Amino acid sequence: MRVLRVPCTGRIDYMMVLKALHKGADGVIVSGCHPNDCHYTSGNYHARRRWMVFKKMMEVMGVDMRRITFSWVSAAEGARWAQLVNEVTDQVRALGPYTEFRQVIGAGIE
Amino acid sequence: MSRIGVFTCHCGENIGATVDCVKVAEMCKDIPGVVHSVEYKYMCSDPGQRQMQEAIKEHKLDGVVVAACSPRMHEPTFRRAAGDAGINPYMCEMANLREHCSWVHEKGEATTQKAADLIRVLVEKVKHNEPLHPIKVPVTRTAMVIGGGVGGIQVALDIANGGHKVVLVEKSPSIGGHMSQLSETFPTLDCSQCILTPRMVEAAQHPNITLMTYSEVEKVDGFIGNFKVTVRKKARKLDEHLCTGCGLCIQKCPNKKISDEFNEGLGTRTAIYVPFPQAVPNKPVIDTLNCTYYKTGKCKVCEKMCPTNAIRFDQEDELVTLDIGAIVLATGFKLMKTDAFPEYGYGKHKDIIDGMQFERLASASGPTSGVMKRPSDGRSPETVVFIACSGSRDRAKGVPYCSKICCMYTAKHAMLYKHKVHSGKAYVFYMDIRAAGKDYDEFVRRAIEEDEVKYIRGRVSKIYEEDGKLIVMGADTLMGGEPVVIKADMVVLATAVQSNDRSEELAQTLHVSYDSYGFFAEAHPKLRPVETNTAGIFLAGACQAPRDIPETVAQASGAAAKVVGLFSNEELTREPIVAVVNRQAAPVYSTCVGCFICQGACPYQAIEQEEIMARSGEVIMTLARINPGLCQGCGTCVATCRTKAIDLQGFSNEQLYAELMTL
Ligand SMILES: Cc1cc2nc3c(=O)[nH]c(=O)nc-3n(C[C@H](O)[C@H](O)[C@H](O)COP(=O)(O)OP(=O)(O)OC[C@H]3O[C@@H](n4cnc5c(N)ncnc54)[C@H](O)[C@@H]3O)c2cc1C
Ligand code: SF4
Ligand code: SF4
Repeated sequence: MRVLRVPCTGRIDYMMVLKALHKGADGVIVSGCHPNDCHYTSGNYHARRRWMVFKKMMEVMGVDMRRITFSWVSAAEGARWAQLVNEVTDQVRALGPYTEFRQVIGAGIE
Repeated sequence: MSRIGVFTCHCGENIGATVDCVKVAEMCKDIPGVVHSVEYKYMCSDPGQRQMQEAIKEHKLDGVVVAACSPRMHEPTFRRAAGDAGINPYMCEMANLREHCSWVHEKGEATTQKAADLIRVLVEKVKHNEPLHPIKVPVTRTAMVIGGGVGGIQVALDIANGGHKVVLVEKSPSIGGHMSQLSETFPTLDCSQCILTPRMVEAAQHPNITLMTYSEVEKVDGFIGNFKVTVRKKARKLDEHLCTGCGLCIQKCPNKKISDEFNEGLGTRTAIYVPFPQAVPNKPVIDTLNCTYYKTGKCKVCEKMCPTNAIRFDQEDELVTLDIGAIVLATGFKLMKTDAFPEYGYGKHKDIIDGMQFERLASASGPTSGVMKRPSDGRSPETVVFIACSGSRDRAKGVPYCSKICCMYTAKHAMLYKHKVHSGKAYVFYMDIRAAGKDYDEFVRRAIEEDEVKYIRGRVSKIYEEDGKLIVMGADTLMGGEPVVIKADMVVLATAVQSNDRSEELAQTLHVSYDSYGFFAEAHPKLRPVETNTAGIFLAGACQAPRDIPETVAQASGAAAKVVGLFSNEELTREPIVAVVNRQAAPVYSTCVGCFICQGACPYQAIEQEEIMARSGEVIMTLARINPGLCQGCGTCVATCRTKAIDLQGFSNEQLYAELMTL
């Protein structure tokens, strides 16, 4: 598990998620403050809106959405964060390396 | 070509015990662009920092990666040190080897490899870093304190005495909070009102303090030093300037049987009322839900009585927007109600009361003038059972934490009862006695030894009524769980301290974090106990966790010191982590196409429209521009922009993609 630090989920361009899968990540977690208590007021609403569209599009394109987890965890929820990371890493490990993505879709996003 | 230095820290055993730091430093030497890589036991120590500064000079470094703890801890330290050594502070980044690696993994080859990988990522970022310069923003030197309990009053007084303006917002008609309801206070048994009311009056009279009672915060915009707070002043139905507080209206109000909140339902009040005699301000409010005029359209007795014609039946709530530099939350707590206990009859028995009701019974200003009378029939209770930990430390009740104040106030209650009813018998059921405070254990001892309160270690499983008595069925765990049955006249439940109703809503309005019980979260449990994660917003008292008065007041003074510190500068220096819309040479000017989708996305209204003019004065195009004073650096606009015309300094596309490519 590697962490890429951004100020707010609002900063996340979902291209980054695809790039991570392309560069060898087998799963990606997108996480930040809960809706309504965004540290930056409302950045996470935009992130959520974009996520809904992104998710639909990925489903249409045939991307395995078990590989991408979107979850709200606040800075005061250390235990919840640990649990989430454990669950997701277990799940991704069970799925194995995501080679299909890199073979089929990854070729297009250089 | 970059000349980057990597400094790997052992953090004592914290990193060193799981990650082979020597090897990591060795591995980092092979990263392209890294010209210097060393490890040290404590990079944050003086010699550690000096080592880094010397290396910057000696190896002519233009970028630095410190591989140590979380940037939340030491980023300022290392950036400052790097700045002092002559490079731009923002050319220094931290790789988090502790929280992201050593603390969460076992010792081993893979962990050491991961540590090196984390550094590799940050080295790539630094290669794309740009020198940045801090931004100065003005500070409005007026503080707002939300909540006028003993905590809020103390914060307001300390800031006001520090020479700054304070607005104290209290939602109820008077300041004072829970402390104004207490009879006497542990561990000294001094009268609560006697020590609190001078403070209340001082706050009301202080030239730097503006009281806004019967008011609530509705909206908060802006950021540290520059908040815009909208407060709803609820209609008292009275012109406060005309009212002299004579109280004639209250005497004559025909509607006298309304359950009195201040006396916890043990007494009654009128529809136009002041909550208690020493209320500050001493101006009544009309309770429109219970007022005969609002119910039937007739009455207006108070209006006729008022010698100054101060009553205003048509008064509406008023919204006021204020410029505020810092906010302190001091909204206190609530007590779990007795109806949460099926085993004790769901609050149906009048003589099973909670701790605050007992305070009112014991108080000279209470419904019985301080004489011990049980609520059901007014008889003097001969046997009283006190049950500590009622709801607290009880997962089934959703309160796994200790409420902290009940051990002490239960001892106080038993003592006060014995002082008032000399022949009476007082029993306390407890789980443990937690009396860790100055003179606290001595206080409990006094209850047991001098006032002969009988302490029984064990739980009460059931209480039921029989022939006018409450049958308390418990167990004594120090006697091997032997059943204990006590026929009591009154039972006092020391119910759990909980966060206020709607505290989550308030937290969301202010954008501060809260824990799973609704208490506001501090920025760091040990080192930043009075700050929230949101810059410029601080905490005091029982809104953060259960607290007694000494702790509340200490924390309040701490929060006030933070605010006064903040206000000691005319300008604040802010991190230059802000967004920028690119500008290019004519005739392109920018890749911004002027769609202004970003404007709608920005939570801080930081995006403006800039008109690009030709020499003739004609407007050629309108482009987005970001006001660096308003931008908070969330980056939402960056991800929104369709032409990638915006970038975020410090977290630019170049930087983030460079990191991603190295993952
Ligand atoms: C039965 C009992 C006995 C106690 N006895 C003692 C004792 O003997 N000694 C001792 O040291 N401690 C005692 N305590 C603890 C003491 O009451 C608290 O430590 C103290 O009241 C905490 O002060 P505070 O200002 O944080 O909160 P509070 O006293 O709860 O004050 C909070 C204030 O904020 C206001 N408010 C709430 N929400 C808002 C909002 N959204 N907007 C504006 N205003 C708002 C409330 O109306 C209130 O006035 C006792 C507590 C109880 C329950
Ligand atoms: S979203 Fe992008 S293109 Fe549109 S106005 Fe903003 S900066 Fe310009
Ligand atoms: S980064 Fe963009 S969206 Fe966020 S505050 Fe700054 S201008 Fe607004």
